Amino acid sequence: MTATAAQPLGQSAPARGATSFDVERVRSDFPILGRTVHDKPLVFLDSAASAQKPQAVIDAMRHFYEAEYANVHRGVYFLSARSTQAFENARVKIQRFLNAESAREIVFTKNATEAINLVANSFGGAYLGAGDEVVLSMLEHHANIVPWQLLRERTGIVLKVVPISDRGEFLLDEFERLLSPRTKLVAVTHTSNALGTVPPVEEIIRLAHERGVPVLLDGCQAIVHQAVDVRALDVDFYVFSGHKLYGPSGIGVLYGKAKHLDAMPPYQGGGEMIRSVTFEKTEFADGSAKFEAGTPPIADAIGLGAAIDYLDGIDRVAAAAHEQQLLAYATERLREVNSVRLFGTAEPKASIISFELAGVHAHDVGTVLDQAGIAVRVGHHCAQPLMDRLGVTGTVRASFALYNTEADADALIAALKDVREIFG
Amino acid sequence: MSALRELNQEVILDHGKEPRNFGRPEAPSCQSHGHNPLCGDTLTIYLTLADGVVDDIRFEGRGCAISIASASMMTELLKGKTVDQVKVLFEQFHGLVTSGAAACEAGFETNDLDKLVVLSGVREFPMRVKCATLAWHTMKAALENNGEEVTTE
Repeated sequence: MTATAAQPLGQSAPARGATSFDVERVRSDFPILGRTVHDKPLVFLDSAASAQKPQAVIDAMRHFYEAEYANVHRGVYFLSARSTQAFENARVKIQRFLNAESAREIVFTKNATEAINLVANSFGGAYLGAGDEVVLSMLEHHANIVPWQLLRERTGIVLKVVPISDRGEFLLDEFERLLSPRTKLVAVTHTSNALGTVPPVEEIIRLAHERGVPVLLDGCQAIVHQAVDVRALDVDFYVFSGHKLYGPSGIGVLYGKAKHLDAMPPYQGGGEMIRSVTFEKTEFADGSAKFEAGTPPIADAIGLGAAIDYLDGIDRVAAAAHEQQLLAYATERLREVNSVRLFGTAEPKASIISFELAGVHAHDVGTVLDQAGIAVRVGHHCAQPLMDRLGVTGTVRASFALYNTEADADALIAALKDVREIFG
Repeated sequence: MSALRELNQEVILDHGKEPRNFGRPEAPSCQSHGHNPLCGDTLTIYLTLADGVVDDIRFEGRGCAISIASASMMTELLKGKTVDQVKVLFEQFHGLVTSGAAACEAGFETNDLDKLVVLSGVREFPMRVKCATLAWHTMKAALENNGEEVTTE
């Protein structure tokens, strides 16, 4: 993969049709795409909520349960050793995928939300006090808002919110203005789940680091569409969930620079995260282990490792170009539907299209699309402050993954025309 | 498309676009606020009672075609009903949109409920039943006047 920190999406995308990306071969790797819904072929345009799983992930988890399962880091027996090895191998795969320096910097969590809560509780609890400021942006989903509000209730920190333009662009000037001597952390999305906006994270990190402020990036959406190199970015914390990256649910990742993780206090207490325990005193394990109390989601971590292996076998630059081409195609075809209002037209943006049909509630749209076998997300996308900023209660969101096709976009447009026919 | 047509019949679209009894009366006897956190839809139902009879019923809010139409049609149906009749109709309507059974078997006020049979199409759309029942649950909470916000969750 490329060595650049955050490769702009699709800027070097080949002309339509020129890509070597074989979408039909990719589709055949995802068994669920062969099913029907309401007697129509499934058109899955909700991968930004959770992606479907390739056979390789399903097989890896099944094989693990059938042939290698035991608890990790415990027994001296054969299966325990195999299980531990498979689990730790998954951690190494993620380390390489992110180009992290050490596997000790990879903490398994149950999802990205828990990863952010971990940082808010551990880092925030230890180093942030009354009056200290955390900078978020208007683009955040609830996972990167509520943990900081809970911390605010406990410690009296102050939350600053970077505004966006009407097009959904992250306003870098405003961001710089919000940085103050009291700023102790910046926590922003690497790609908006509701609008697809990709903020200028290299600039954000540079401006924050110039003032000695660490940065957390919420990479749930970004990591699906682009290569992420945490060392090139020089980001302090990077979080993402497994299920959006074609892996299983129940597993998330927190990357943290070793200097932070080593200094931070534990998040939860229990087994696995200790070096020694007496009733008088407990010594904690080092690195990621300190944050993984209790039996971890073993098979899910291995499933995520398999998802990363799967992605390693795909030309991800070509896949990103394919997604960008679908974004352009679907955006253009949306013009054919009367009175569509598009939200989020920032450049660059990921293959997420948020829109409303004037006069028709998003849920009414969603029900009609469902009857056509089309899965989209309707509603506030767990980003209510952003919806308020846009002046809507919710939108319809179609998100395009590497397995989507122009035919999927065509089906969407046809069904939206049906919506117009029904609702006028 | 047939199930969709059933769900989105003309009368529903009409009530959804031009809801009846929409607005806030000056001095309602009781009111309640309903909220569907799934979609952010909100409704406030205002009841004006006189001698145990619904003298006036109005609502405000925003939502999908189903929820607004259901609220609108409910206000038309309940005006002039006694509180006891309202409670029976609540149970009947709930049965109508969940199982489809209650509409006829009660043998009471069925003519009234017939007007709402158009809403029974939501039975085929499990994710949408709450849209149709939000107004009714909110109305019931207003009658019971417990002042707590109603949510569909």
